[in-house]
Amino acid sequence: MMLPLFIIIPLIAAFLITLIAGKKDVWGIVLSVVASAAMLILAVISFLNVNGETIIYEMGNWKMPFGIALVLDSLSGYMLIIVNLVALTAIIYSIQYIRHLGQDFKYYALFMLMLTGMNGVILTGDIFNLYVFMEIALFAAFALVAYGCRAEEYEAAFKYAVMGSVSSIFILIGIGVLYSATSTLTMARIAQTVPNLSPQIILWVGGLFLAGFGLKAAAMPFHAWLPDAHSSAPAPISSMLSGVLIKVLGIYTITRIFFNVLDAPAVFLTIFIVIGTISILISGFLAIIQWDFKRLLAYSSISQIGYILLGIGLATPLGILGAVFHLFNHAIFKSLLFYDAGSVELALGTRDLQKLGKLGKLLPVTSGTSIIASLAISGIPPFNGFFSKLIIIIAAIAAGQPVLALLAILGSILTLAAVMKIQCYGLRQDVDVEPREKIGLGMNIAMISLAIICIVGGLLVAPGIREVALDPVVNVILEKAEYVQTVLGR
Amino acid sequence: MTVYLLCFALFLVGVYGVIAKRDLIKIILSIGIMGYAANLFLILFAYKHGATFPILTGGKVSPMVDPLPQALVLTSIVIELGTTALLVALVVRLFQKYGTFDIAKIRRLRG
Repeated sequence: MMLPLFIIIPLIAAFLITLIAGKKDVWGIVLSVVASAAMLILAVISFLNVNGETIIYEMGNWKMPFGIALVLDSLSGYMLIIVNLVALTAIIYSIQYIRHLGQDFKYYALFMLMLTGMNGVILTGDIFNLYVFMEIALFAAFALVAYGCRAEEYEAAFKYAVMGSVSSIFILIGIGVLYSATSTLTMARIAQTVPNLSPQIILWVGGLFLAGFGLKAAAMPFHAWLPDAHSSAPAPISSMLSGVLIKVLGIYTITRIFFNVLDAPAVFLTIFIVIGTISILISGFLAIIQWDFKRLLAYSSISQIGYILLGIGLATPLGILGAVFHLFNHAIFKSLLFYDAGSVELALGTRDLQKLGKLGKLLPVTSGTSIIASLAISGIPPFNGFFSKLIIIIAAIAAGQPVLALLAILGSILTLAAVMKIQCYGLRQDVDVEPREKIGLGMNIAMISLAIICIVGGLLVAPGIREVALDPVVNVILEKAEYVQTVLGR
Repeated sequence: MTVYLLCFALFLVGVYGVIAKRDLIKIILSIGIMGYAANLFLILFAYKHGATFPILTGGKVSPMVDPLPQALVLTSIVIELGTTALLVALVVRLFQKYGTFDIAKIRRLRG
């Protein structure tokens, strides 16, 4: 059985790294690269194997409604591929970047723990188990945000830790209310009993979960921690947090719980649309006024999360397709932009856009890949971001919401303005700069491989590939009743 | 019902502390209070007046309390211990860097 491997491999890697690493980081690098490469291969194999079906692993062989099960369907498989792909590039990127901060194996151990938590959240079929894995991922994330040991990093990590713990308590109370109403913790079993519940309980539970998971996803009213945490963390961690952590702990859990378990109550879909639109617009404006490279990117993350929430909230097949596709695209190009920011910071020692310039000659790979990522994030045609934004906008028009479509286009223009600010001021400004350090092979490989995925990623919606890659994922989200049947009906 | 209201009041005390207090240590304590309220809530709905522990003895079945929330609370207490330890460690480092526990004076990040 393949499913427990996604949790066992990173957990064993984290344990072994702390055990045998000694004072150097060589073993940490070797073990974490091997572990994440193995998991990426496993994720691709399992996604192709699943092919629209559902695989279930009963932990400890306790039968289904009583024990804890791991559930792998197309949505989980898709998320696993995204997480482990970004994780592998982040570790390759980290080798040089983290040596800069000191030779330490603890970074790799924490990284593997964060990966354990995220894979667990994606795979588990038990709502309390989801809470536990979420806490594992969050603890590692808090520690990794503070990894650089500067005053700002502690401040950001403290803010993140306070917000994260408060939102976790909301989720715990939500789980309590749900358990008292349904007497079970297995998500499929809860979904079975949800139609018999009074709508008032659904409102309470949904409200608590929205507050909890919304804070993790950093949608607009809950966003205050994100710009600090994501801009203070080391660059590979920023890209993990912005690229996958907010999607796994926020967007994935919201889709799983609100669609598959709570049966997509209409009032919450409206709330998703409202939050999504607010996030797109306000953080779009806030991104433009930033002068810190990574802070600008962090604000733009909130705006892209808004697009995903908007697509989910529309709840039409086209809207979900756009949201799912944008989730993949955003993970790729936002990680790439954070890698670019990190290599600029490593080479020049500053992230202030006014002090950068003439990077085309100095850092050819960084400036080249950052152009690709910038064009992709602002939705310029041949790149992947164009297709996903287009699908979301068309879905909004098709759902009879032309105002939302207009606002989404406006948000796209705001994103374009923000990334053009990076390009014009940051990378091509006429300021002479002194390089402090050369960017090594590992960092370049990480950036180039993500840039290639940015270019070819648009092919995922091409007919023929779309039926294999995206349609099964959309089906899992939309066919709510099927989740109950495939998990329990054996 | 009164018990649930008191539990909710405890939760509100925690929320008030997180929002209104300026001292870092008091914020950590308030998060702890919120966690206790959540744990208390989990225990409360599993509790039945006059019920016994859920172990079958001698074939006679009497009303029992639900043991599962108690197991959940044990897990959540351990998680909260971890959270508190991490937060306190961060506060120690923050004090070394900034020389104060006042959250209003710890503001280098803005914008």
